Amino acid sequence: MSIVVENLSKRFGTFQAVSDVSFEVPTGQLVALLGPSGSGKSTILRIIAGLEDPDTGRVSLTGEDATSVPVQRRGVGFVFQHYALFRHMTVRQNVAFGLEVRKKPKAEIEEKVERLLKLVQLHGYADRYPSQLSGGQRQRVALARSLAPEPKVLLLDEPFGALDARVRDELRAWLRRLHDEVHVTSLFVTHDQQEAFEVSDQVVVLNHGKVEQYGPPQQLYERPVSPFVAQFLGQVNVLPMKALWNPQAIDLKHIQEAFGSDVLNTEEAVYVRPHDLDIHREPNTRPCWRGRIERLTPLGGIVRIDLSINSDERLQIDLPRDQQLALSLVQGDDVFVSPRSFTPIGPPKQIPGDAAGTFYTI
Amino acid sequence: MASDHDQTGEADGINRLSASKWASLPIGRWLLMTVVIGWFALLILVPTIALARQAFAGGLAPLGRAMASEEFRQAFGMTLGITLVAVVVNTIFGVCFALVLVRQRFWGKTLADGLVDLPFAISPVVTGLMLVVLYGPDGWIGRHLETGGFRVVYALPGMILATLFVTLPFVVRGVVPVLQEFGVDQVEAAYILGAGRWVTFWRVTLPSIRWGLAYSMLLLIARSLGEFGAVMVVSGNLLGHTQTATLYVHDGIEGFRPEGAYAASLILAAVSFFMLIGMETFRKRLKASKQS
Repeated sequence: MSIVVENLSKRFGTFQAVSDVSFEVPTGQLVALLGPSGSGKSTILRIIAGLEDPDTGRVSLTGEDATSVPVQRRGVGFVFQHYALFRHMTVRQNVAFGLEVRKKPKAEIEEKVERLLKLVQLHGYADRYPSQLSGGQRQRVALARSLAPEPKVLLLDEPFGALDARVRDELRAWLRRLHDEVHVTSLFVTHDQQEAFEVSDQVVVLNHGKVEQYGPPQQLYERPVSPFVAQFLGQVNVLPMKALWNPQAIDLKHIQEAFGSDVLNTEEAVYVRPHDLDIHREPNTRPCWRGRIERLTPLGGIVRIDLSINSDERLQIDLPRDQQLALSLVQGDDVFVSPRSFTPIGPPKQIPGDAAGTFYTI
Repeated sequence: MASDHDQTGEADGINRLSASKWASLPIGRWLLMTVVIGWFALLILVPTIALARQAFAGGLAPLGRAMASEEFRQAFGMTLGITLVAVVVNTIFGVCFALVLVRQRFWGKTLADGLVDLPFAISPVVTGLMLVVLYGPDGWIGRHLETGGFRVVYALPGMILATLFVTLPFVVRGVVPVLQEFGVDQVEAAYILGAGRWVTFWRVTLPSIRWGLAYSMLLLIARSLGEFGAVMVVSGNLLGHTQTATLYVHDGIEGFRPEGAYAASLILAAVSFFMLIGMETFRKRLKASKQS
């Protein structure tokens, strides 16, 4: 394990920023700390870097307790959201800074700076000042600078947050490739679930300073342990169970068993992902909700369809464009919507394995 | 960087109107500009010219004689010495104070922040009086120092203290906003890269605040060179002993030896002029560094 965080807590005045957080980052992996603003993710990152002291808890880096090691000697690299480049220094001087303060031989510094600038594809920019670079280029300089002293772990605080959408996409893919090349254990903070999914091996989901769930992205998406995780990781519809129409009395016993009570006929609601819903004009054998199309929004390859059920429940479906055309759906149409899988809200009575919040197939 | 300077040049150019444009100006604007320029001339330009004219009225010889005198040189020597001490002490102290005000949180911070400006608000004469009360031969502290054979008031230490007090806010006020703008990101980045506090200050923080610091140091020098009231009260104005350049000017006028006063005033005015140019340069650099 490269980063081990144990029972970390931090309070700012009356605000509990981090409470009892524990997780581990395996060596060589790229892990995302994902959460809404104020969930404590940046604070955790700063505590690991040594920029903040935790009230309680421990931080270990590559097997050694680092909790009381000063920031200068932790051996971490840090990339800031707003780059934090030294504005009065050239790109070359920026990248060399961490090596110079360690009193490395001049030839070694020069050679390494050259190599790192090639790695971040900025070798022609060594004598420019940060103000002469674009946002994406600045962040790449910041990355080269943080990698120069060969840190044990790399910490990135919303590294793409200040960039515009297109550059952000490019840089994400590029960071992933770079990580596969350099293999430095990395932990990065983001509030963007798509970013976390695209880049990371594992995701730590945080809410109100606590870890909600930790696992590979796809697992979090398919088996959220809490309503928060289900809602935070992408669009989800909350639908009333009672309104679900089951014309052929399809056997839904596996769901009934997991949740004990007769969830299908109660006031309970369920979560359904927008792409886990089928739409058809006539009722078939599957359980379905009746709905009316309120709005069609073409989004390139897919069409987002907003429906209302029982006139007051909202529902969103993402449908491939050709299906929408085949059904020739228009605004105001009455349709039937069947879930392929859903998750009842609230904790199940018996947890089958660890799949506490699995989206149940129907 | 170069383009920034061009832009400021253009902005200045708004005020420069060609003759043809001048004629076609609406009456309101014409009137406003006449009043502004006239007022400026009346208040600043005319007195300056008058001073120069009067100084050179008797030719260069009387001026030369005045400058060659022992008192003249001592007065300027004293002013330069006091200014040097004030610049060194208040720059170091001011930067430290600004760093504390911007980066630390402590009880009484707001009070300290407000009290820094006190020397701006208090009349220099009152400042002098405060020092006399404290350090004078009968003062709380001065009484004990006097028995120890150490004289503060009516001597150089008192004059330095007075100048230090009067010029204290310049560096603090000049550096605080630059430091706030600078933030802590680059400092934290330096720490993480392995730099200690001292190295970070010299290699990261100081280069980032240098234009703001240089600007406020110039203001400090200008104020220190021109300080009169507080120094007047604490110095006792002993000829050739505790007399600064401004006191020398004052004496020259009072004692009907105007040549010396003219010569000293001319030099002080010339120094101020060059410092104004310096300030303008620093201010542009500061603006440019903020934009990048």
